Amino acid sequence: MSSKAKIHQSPIEVLKMSLRNNIRQYTMFIALISIMMIFSLLSDVFFTPRNLSTLFLQTAHIAVLACGVVLVIVAGHIDLSIGAVVGLTGAIVAILPARYGMGVVPAIIITLAVGALIGLWQGYWVAYRDVPAFIVTLAGMMIFNGLLLGVTQGATIATSSSFNKLGQGYLPNLFIESTPRDMLPHDTTVIIWIVVIIAYLWLEFKKRRERLHYGFDVLPRSLFILKISLVILLISAIFSVMALYLGLPYSILILMVIGGFYTFLTTNTTFGRHVYAIGGNKEAAMLSGINIRKRTLWIFISSGILGAIGGIIYTARVGSAAASAGQAMELDVIAAAIIGGTSTLGGEGTIVGAIIGALVMSTLNNGMLLLDVGTTQRLIVRGLVLLLAVWVDISSRKKNS
Amino acid sequence: MSEYILEMQDIVKEFPGVRALDEVNFKLKKGEIHALVGENGAGKSTLMKILSGVYPYGSYEGKIIINGEVQRFNTTKDSEVAGVGIIYQELTLVKQMNICENIFLGNEFQKYGVIDWNHAMAKTQELLKEVGLTTNPATKIINLGIGRQQLVEIAKALSKNVNILILDEPTAALNEADSDNLLEIIKKLKDEGISCIYISHKLKEVKAIADTITIIRDGKTIETFENDDKINQNRIITGMVGREITQLFPRVEHTPGEVVLDVKDWTVYNPELPDKKEINNVSFQARKGEILGIAGLMGSGRTELMMSIFGAYGINKSGEIYINGKKAMIKGPRDAIEKGLCYLSEDRKKTGLVLGMDIKENITLSSLNKISSMMGINQNEEIKVANHYVDALNIKTPSIEQKTRNLSGGNQQKVVIAKWLMAAPEILILDEPTRGIDVGAKYEIYNIMNQLVAQGVSIIMISSELPEVLGMSDRILVMHEGKLTADLDWKETNQEGVMHYATGGA
Repeated sequence: MSSKAKIHQSPIEVLKMSLRNNIRQYTMFIALISIMMIFSLLSDVFFTPRNLSTLFLQTAHIAVLACGVVLVIVAGHIDLSIGAVVGLTGAIVAILPARYGMGVVPAIIITLAVGALIGLWQGYWVAYRDVPAFIVTLAGMMIFNGLLLGVTQGATIATSSSFNKLGQGYLPNLFIESTPRDMLPHDTTVIIWIVVIIAYLWLEFKKRRERLHYGFDVLPRSLFILKISLVILLISAIFSVMALYLGLPYSILILMVIGGFYTFLTTNTTFGRHVYAIGGNKEAAMLSGINIRKRTLWIFISSGILGAIGGIIYTARVGSAAASAGQAMELDVIAAAIIGGTSTLGGEGTIVGAIIGALVMSTLNNGMLLLDVGTTQRLIVRGLVLLLAVWVDISSRKKNS
Repeated sequence: MSEYILEMQDIVKEFPGVRALDEVNFKLKKGEIHALVGENGAGKSTLMKILSGVYPYGSYEGKIIINGEVQRFNTTKDSEVAGVGIIYQELTLVKQMNICENIFLGNEFQKYGVIDWNHAMAKTQELLKEVGLTTNPATKIINLGIGRQQLVEIAKALSKNVNILILDEPTAALNEADSDNLLEIIKKLKDEGISCIYISHKLKEVKAIADTITIIRDGKTIETFENDDKINQNRIITGMVGREITQLFPRVEHTPGEVVLDVKDWTVYNPELPDKKEINNVSFQARKGEILGIAGLMGSGRTELMMSIFGAYGINKSGEIYINGKKAMIKGPRDAIEKGLCYLSEDRKKTGLVLGMDIKENITLSSLNKISSMMGINQNEEIKVANHYVDALNIKTPSIEQKTRNLSGGNQQKVVIAKWLMAAPEILILDEPTRGIDVGAKYEIYNIMNQLVAQGVSIIMISSELPEVLGMSDRILVMHEGKLTADLDWKETNQEGVMHYATGGA
């Protein structure tokens, strides 16, 4: 062990260091909280469990899609076909039961397979035929929009109510019936809430134990307790909002699973590390023996599958598939990832950041809707926020270097 | 007026930590071809960048006098106005544009922003005639061979009415016929009164074309002499080397073992110029526990040879590679690494490190499989490994979580070395391992090399610094224009011996 690592830092120093290293994530998070506070001051309705639950429902599909696009952008590519993929896969998942009498589950499986196939197709052109992703996915956008029109033939296809639960519904009560009015928390949600907290504590303590076992520094006890308390508080805040309303929506559960999985993928796996290396320095990655083509192919397959999941959630939320579904959605998704700190130059970006970015965008939308701001102004504000976020990021980086 | 069109007096240029030029004096006569020769890094290019205004007035000391007037160039445009034109080794033509558009790029015949193409075309035709080209001025550059592109560059310089033409390694990428043609054109321009500064590693050409030769070494003018019958290539080489060995090398006696790498009849074509052989029928062996030095001048194909063996350069290649007696099929770097062959690239910032990643992530990048399981990367194991190498190689950093962007050159190089040590190579190729790092770090890297050799690793070291090659290698291979020209024992050679073969001597 090196002597430098043995020096014990005071809690304040550790805190300062952590702040400096993760300033971007914290900035976004603080920005989100501030926006939420401003809206709750301006509108009585904003900070109610009902509205916040709706807000989460509105964000779910964008956040899921943003997880996929983070990988794409980190690797130095772009995916412009997301909206078209959402539209097409949404139509497929609606049509299979409606026209061919297929069950919801097989329809979903086929839709996911179609998403993977779309990813395979685009990934092949980018990775093995060296066509820039911008062109491949722009072409993909047109192709899938065409297919969408062909599949739906311009008609709107309604989906079944059992399917729609995936986008609008909440987990059922297990033991005690509750309603939003009785102030009785939703029991299933509370159970999941507790499970999540236990899982979190288990992971944190395991990590701490292992680090001690290796003889590494760990956070001072006081800071460790502070950290886990803050995280538990945050988890509780989110869950209590949902528990006090109708409970945990299916789509948020899906988002949590996907967000967790992609966080693991990006921070803890060889695949994730390689994606960041490719985006950070392609030449160095190649000379380090990373198979760039294969990795790129999988990045697009991931984006395709998440596109299908996004399509399923979105269709279920709207309750029908239409030829116009998903249009321009890629722009919201890319904006969410970039506001969340993903660098357009590649090599940097986090899943948590992208989810926060998605929340920032839909909070702005939701809040302004409550304040009766027109579509014109809402679009302008969202555009300016995107511009501002990237400018702040770039100028802070210049200062640091 | 004096007989000199150009005088550069007492030029001093400093970069942080290095004195690149130290009171250099250079005089160019009217209508002569003046060759400027010296080793890689001797200061030739720096001197020419000062003359052409790339390094503006004020960033150096000394005087530039053209036609008796002191010049103060702030930009390359200023030097063009004064009649100085420079043609770089790397061509600067826009490939998608045609000859005419390229020649007048930035100097268009225009009125209110509208270009007079008829005038430009006519003028282009005249200029092309000057350089012996009969090609249509509307031909796109992409459709021209590299030899003709070089001539277009010269025509472009002539369009600016230059009377001092600088040619930096103009024949480096040309085949023999194109080179001969180019030399003829240069002689013709000389007869028309244009003075040329000719930089080349090819001493045969220098001998054939130059009127005067100036030798630069370590940023100093060594000598200037007439190129008459008494001068031969060996005379020039003596001036070029003679470099003082100011640095001590930790020379350790190695006892080479069996052959680990055996390369046979290796030929590689340039991927961009499909008919140019970058590596021409090279065969060599590397042994366990020895340092094999690769010497050669810029463009001799050293890096291309090693990168192509590593699987990272060239598409059209032929020949065989044997590792430990077994034939090795290396399709890409991954194959090479798995077979125990690692390559530390020449430019650590561009191709060695992911600068946005921290030390530990860079160290483990090539060997993540060693610290991963089904549960992903074992982060604790990663920290342990990184700490181990930071200690072993004495990498100076406050934390292994420091971004490599923020490290000094020597520490960055050690991180890249650590990356390859973790991959546990049998054969480690080091391309310019000590370029641009301070003396202390250099010495540490030499010691690391000796330790590795003692553990039985076979090291292949490419280096442009002759003292380094002679000071560290057990055997020295010398390359010239893609061919191996010598296989020397370090005890039986010296700087002049190596340079003799590096400049194409038989």
